[in-house]
Amino acid sequence: MARAAVPGRLSWRVARLTDTRAETATARTLVFDVPGWPGHLAGQHVDVRLTADDGYSTQRSYSIAAPADGDRVELTVQDVPDGEVSSYLTEGLSVGDPVEIRGPVGGWFVWRPADTAPVLLVAGGSGVVPLMAMARARRQAGSRTPFRLVYSVRTPADRYYAAELRRPDPGLDVAYVYTRAVPEGSSRPPGRLAVADLNSGGWPADFAPDCFVCGPTGFVETAADILLSLGHDARKIKTERFGPTGG
Amino acid sequence: MIDDYEDGNALAGPLSEIFTFDVTTADTRCAGCGRTGPVAGLRVYTHAPGLVARCPGCEEVVLRVVRTPTAAWLDLRGSVALRIPLAPA
Repeated sequence: MARAAVPGRLSWRVARLTDTRAETATARTLVFDVPGWPGHLAGQHVDVRLTADDGYSTQRSYSIAAPADGDRVELTVQDVPDGEVSSYLTEGLSVGDPVEIRGPVGGWFVWRPADTAPVLLVAGGSGVVPLMAMARARRQAGSRTPFRLVYSVRTPADRYYAAELRRPDPGLDVAYVYTRAVPEGSSRPPGRLAVADLNSGGWPADFAPDCFVCGPTGFVETAADILLSLGHDARKIKTERFGPTGG
Repeated sequence: MIDDYEDGNALAGPLSEIFTFDVTTADTRCAGCGRTGPVAGLRVYTHAPGLVARCPGCEEVVLRVVRTPTAAWLDLRGSVALRIPLAPA
């Protein structure tokens, strides 16, 4: 049933794919042009809706990977095995093809360039996407707020944005936690995120940093518990968990 | 699996169809234990029909939302109050 959009409420917009980049063997960054896009904050997400010719419709949430830039919206999508939406977005969608996007949504898990507290970003796997938007927003704004990123991935080949994170970005420190295989010469054996990783890769609790944690539920739980045990204030720890629904 | 949940952030999209403000930034008080915190900090279970948001303190159901093709059902019985940040009047 057609209904005029109510001002202030979000409605679906047609987005067209303009570019794609491979991040890993199974993840792609998709760049969309969304006419009339109202802009967004780093950390916000969008809902993407696909509708088949027979009317079957399904939607998923994806974090935005880059700060606001006109009508441009960048998502990085991990291809989930048997994921009907992620597979279509990473393999079935061609430049010029449309999808529907609603957003931006979520005003809590966000970083604003005017924020001055030091920032700790803790990423598990594809949870790095909204955190990368924050690091990019910092650079775009010329902010001098110090950032640290602790990024947990299975192996070096699973890193998103590897080349960009290798380039020096003064004020952004990056530490990797490899859980399955480490690069040659690494002194840390492979293993899950532990107290020492956030103790050495993060900020002392005395600095009262804003902590953003994003990843699978178990990872977020572990990271948040470690931060609490290191003395960080619960109100300074913001989390975004991926559910099991992915796809 | 009871441990499979998302954060209240996940409610932002579905609730944006109903409200003109971002409900996830509002503080909610749990009817079960009185805990107050941002809606974004609730635990959201997506396996139920619709979305079920539980208190991270006592696991009481604070909010439920179910979308049908023609309507949204919003159940707020587990929430004593919502505190919605507004610009100074």
